[in-house]
Amino acid sequence: MSKIKDKIKKSFLARFVPGLASLIKRGPSGWMVILGIIIVLALVIMTAIGPWVTPYNPVKTNVGPIRAPPSSQFPLGTNHLGQDMLSRTLVGGAIMLQVSALSALVCFIIGVPLGLSSSYIGGFLDSTISLVIDAIYAFPSLVIAIAIAAMLGPGVVNMALSIAVVYIPSYFRIVRSQVLSIKELTYTEAAKAAGARWHTILFRYIFPNVVPSIVVVITVNFADAALTAAGLTFIGLGVTYDIPDWSWDLTNGWKYLSSGAWWIISFPGLMIILLALGFTLIGEGLSELLNPKLQR
Amino acid sequence: MANKVFMLSEIVKVENLKKYFPVQKSFLEQLLTRKMSYVKAVDDVTFSINKREIFTLAGESGCGKTTTGRLVVRLLKPTSGQIYFRDQDISKLEGERLRLLRRKMQIVFQDPYASLNPRMTVGDAVGHPLEIHGVAKGEEKEKIVLDVFDQVGLTPPEQFLNLYPHQLSGGQRQRAALARSIILKPELIVADEPVSMIDVSLRTTIIDLMLNFRKELGLTYLFITHDLAVAKYISDRIAIMYLGKIIEMGSKERLFLSPTHPYTQALLSAIPVPEPKRERKMIDLKGEVPSAINIPPGCRFHPRCPDKKSECAIKEPQLMETEKDHFVACHSN
Amino acid sequence: MPLLEIDSLAVDYRTSRGAVHALDDVSFSLHKGETLGLAGESGSGKSTLGLSIMRLVPYPGVIVKGQIKIDETDILKLPESEMRSIRAVKVAYIFQDPMTSLNPVKKIGAHFVELIRTHEPRTSEKEAVERAKNVLKNLGLLSERINDYPHQFSGGMRQRIMIGLAIALNPDLVIADEPTTALDVIVQAKTLDLLEDLRKIYGMALIFISHDLSIILERCDKIIVMYAGHMVEYATSPDLHKAPKHPYTQGLLQSIPNIELSDQKLSAIPGSPPNMVNPPKGCPFWPRCPYAMEICPVKVPPLIVSGQNHLVRCFLYGE
Repeated sequence: MSKIKDKIKKSFLARFVPGLASLIKRGPSGWMVILGIIIVLALVIMTAIGPWVTPYNPVKTNVGPIRAPPSSQFPLGTNHLGQDMLSRTLVGGAIMLQVSALSALVCFIIGVPLGLSSSYIGGFLDSTISLVIDAIYAFPSLVIAIAIAAMLGPGVVNMALSIAVVYIPSYFRIVRSQVLSIKELTYTEAAKAAGARWHTILFRYIFPNVVPSIVVVITVNFADAALTAAGLTFIGLGVTYDIPDWSWDLTNGWKYLSSGAWWIISFPGLMIILLALGFTLIGEGLSELLNPKLQR
Repeated sequence: MANKVFMLSEIVKVENLKKYFPVQKSFLEQLLTRKMSYVKAVDDVTFSINKREIFTLAGESGCGKTTTGRLVVRLLKPTSGQIYFRDQDISKLEGERLRLLRRKMQIVFQDPYASLNPRMTVGDAVGHPLEIHGVAKGEEKEKIVLDVFDQVGLTPPEQFLNLYPHQLSGGQRQRAALARSIILKPELIVADEPVSMIDVSLRTTIIDLMLNFRKELGLTYLFITHDLAVAKYISDRIAIMYLGKIIEMGSKERLFLSPTHPYTQALLSAIPVPEPKRERKMIDLKGEVPSAINIPPGCRFHPRCPDKKSECAIKEPQLMETEKDHFVACHSN
Repeated sequence: MPLLEIDSLAVDYRTSRGAVHALDDVSFSLHKGETLGLAGESGSGKSTLGLSIMRLVPYPGVIVKGQIKIDETDILKLPESEMRSIRAVKVAYIFQDPMTSLNPVKKIGAHFVELIRTHEPRTSEKEAVERAKNVLKNLGLLSERINDYPHQFSGGMRQRIMIGLAIALNPDLVIADEPTTALDVIVQAKTLDLLEDLRKIYGMALIFISHDLSIILERCDKIIVMYAGHMVEYATSPDLHKAPKHPYTQGLLQSIPNIELSDQKLSAIPGSPPNMVNPPKGCPFWPRCPYAMEICPVKVPPLIVSGQNHLVRCFLYGE
C-alpha cells in the first residue's frame, strides 16, 4: 500500500512542477492560470504573514482619529471605530480564505463520492438522488445560504457549512455527467473485459478522467464561496466585529460612503474582488486548457 | 443445428443466441400502450469455433456481428440462448466466476484511440490485467510487459513503458491493445474490426501479428469485420450475417468459390478490387437494410432479393448444409 | 487548355508547436471531364490539397507558396468576394461525413433552393424547386421527398443528397473527399456508380480523395500518390498498377488484400507514417524504404519524369 502511495506522490509532483512551467507556453489560457495563481498566492501570503507586519493592532480601536482619510501615518485611513485600515486589510482575508477552503473541502468530500457512486450505480437510486440534488440546485444560492446560516448561527465553520450545502450540487452534477459519459467509453469496456472489479474501474479508469473537470469546479467554487461569505456578512450572518474581516469592513464602510469616507469600503472591497478574480482566472484558464484538447 | 454433442476440438459454441434491446418509449407511449418494441440485434444465431481456428463474422453495419462478439466475451448478457466456452455454459455467469473467465478470453477493440485509458501509461495499461488477476506485480510485471512489447513490435520496449496513449501513433496504440489482450495468455481473442481504423499500409502488420500469435500461443480468434477482402485473407471459416441472422456460413474456400445466398453474391460483387477500370458486374439490390426494429416477415432479406419466391415472404429459411462445410439459409437453394 | 493547373503549391499549418508542412511542392494539371485520384494515408495532405483548391483551408493553415489556376485564373490572387462566386458554381466540394454536413432543421428542398438562389439570384422560387426536384430524380430519390428533413434519410441517401448539392449548379470540377468512407460496401458501390453516371451526364472533372487505393485504381483515370505532404508518384491508373515506381506505392499495392485472389502473400510497410510536426529530413519516406540510399536523408528528391506521363519523386530514378 505504501509503495503505491509513494508512486502516486512521485508521479504527481514530478508532473506538477514542469506542468506549471509549461503553462506559460500554452497561450492566453495558460497565462490566465498563472496570473490567477499569482494573485491568490499573493493574497494568501499577505494574510499569513499579515499578523507580523501590521503597523497597528487591527482590532484595537481608536489608534487614530475616527474616519481619517489616507495619510502617511495611516496609508489606508481609519474606519468609524478608529481602527487602522491598512492593518485590517492586511489580515482581513483570513476569514474568507478559511471559509472558502473549508466549504470547498466539505463539498469535495461529500459531493464527489456522492456523484461517483450515484452515477456508477445508476438506476432508481441515481434518479432519486439526482432529483433531490436538482431541487437544491434550483434554489438561489444566497437564499439557501442565508437560511442555513440563520439556523446554525455565526462562526467560520457554520458559514462554511451553509455555503457548502449550496455548492454540493455543482460538484455532484459535473461528476455525474462525466461519469455517465466515461462509463460508456471503450477503455472502460476494455477494463471490464480484462476482468477488473468495480472499484478498480471506478478509481483507476473513471475517476482520473473526471479529475480535470473537478479541478475547474473547485476553483469556481472558491470564487463563489468568497463572494457568498461576503454576502452573508453583509446581511449580518457572518462574523462579529472583533475579528478583522474584509466583508465586515465592506458592510460597515458602506454606510459612510455617502459622507465621503470612501477608503473604508474601497480597500477591503478591492481585496475581495481580487480574491474572486484570482480564483476565476484559474478556473477559466484551466477550463479552456482542458477542453480544447479535443481539437487536434 | 442444436448439436448437444460437444466436439473435443470446439472451444466456443453458440446456440440459438438472441439479444434484444428494448426501445425507449416516450412518456405518452408508456401510458397508452403495453407493447414493447425491441431492436433485435442478434436473432437466433448458432455457430461453433474450433481450437486454433480463425472464425470470421462478416457483414455490413447493423447486422449484429459486433453485438455477437460482445456476447461471446460476456460484456453483454444474452436475452436467450446458450454460449459455451469449452464445455462450460457461460450464458448466465455472473460475479467472480465471470471475472475468472476473463483470463481465458480477451477482446481487441476497433478504435485504438478510445480503447486505452488516457490517464494510464501504456506500460500500466498493458500490465493491468496481470495485476487484476494477481498474476504478477512490480518488477516481475514490468518484465512481462517488456517482453510482450517486444512481441508486438513496440521496440525498444523500455521506451514505451512510461509513454501515454496520446504520445503514440494509431498503429502503435493498436499494437499496445493487442499486447494487452495476449498478456494473460488467453485461449480466445475476439477481434472487433481491429484494423478498420488503421492506415492501410499498417494493417498487414497487425494482421500478421495476430496470425503469428495463433501459431506461437495456440490462440483461437473470433474475427469481426465488414471488409470481406481482409476476411478472405485471414479466415479459416466465415459466417455472413444480415439483420441479426447468419445467412451463409462455411469454409473460406467454399464461401468465396461458390457464394450461394443472393446477399452474399451481391456483397461480393460490390467490393472494390485494386485493378484499374474493370468491367464491374454489380448485383444491384433494391432499397437499403431495414431497421432491426421492424424486421420483414419470412426471410428477412426477401424485400431486396432478386431471386425471391412466394414462400420467402412467409416462412423463414433455416441454415441448411448444401455441400460439405457450407451452410445457406435460403429457399431458392 | 487545362481546367485546373496547380504549380508548386505549399501549405503550412502554423501551430503553437511549430509549422507543419502539410503540403510541399505539389504540381499537376487536370482537364475537363478527367478523373484524378488522390491516394494517401493519414497526414499525407490529400484533404488539405482538396481544401486548398476551394481556398477553404482551416485556421491555422496558410497557403504559403504556389499557384492554383482554374480556367487560367490564379484563384489565390482573387478577393474573397470573387472566390465565393467560384465555389459551388465552378468548383464544388463533397464532404466526408453526410451525417453532419446537412442542416438538421432545414428541409432538403430548402438546401437546394437556398443554394440555387444564392448563386443565381434571378431564379424564382418556383424554378428553383423544379430544379431541385429534378436533381432528386437523378439521384434516384422520390421528388416528393423534397419536403423531408435530413434525419428522415439513411446515411447512403444523405450522401447522395450531398452529391446532388454539389452538382446542382453544374460545376466544372467536383472534389469528393472520402465520400463513401462512412458507408457500407453495397451502398458505397451504388453511390460511386451514381457519381460516375452524373459526372458523365454533366461532363464534370472529378478529384477523388481517398485512402482506399482499390476504389481509386478502379475508378480514376489518373492517380497521384501522396506521402507526408509530398506528391511521390503521378501516373495513369493502368500504369500505376502495372509498374508502380515509388517504393511507397509498391509497398501500398502489396499490402492491399484483393478479394479476387486466393493465397495472397501480403507484406506490410515497416515503421509508421511520420510525425508531421517533426518529419524526417530529406525524403520523408526514407526511414521505411527498403531501397534507402545515402542521399535520401539529405535532400528531398525532385519530381522526375520516368516513362510517358509518369512522374516519381525518388532518387532511384535519377537526380
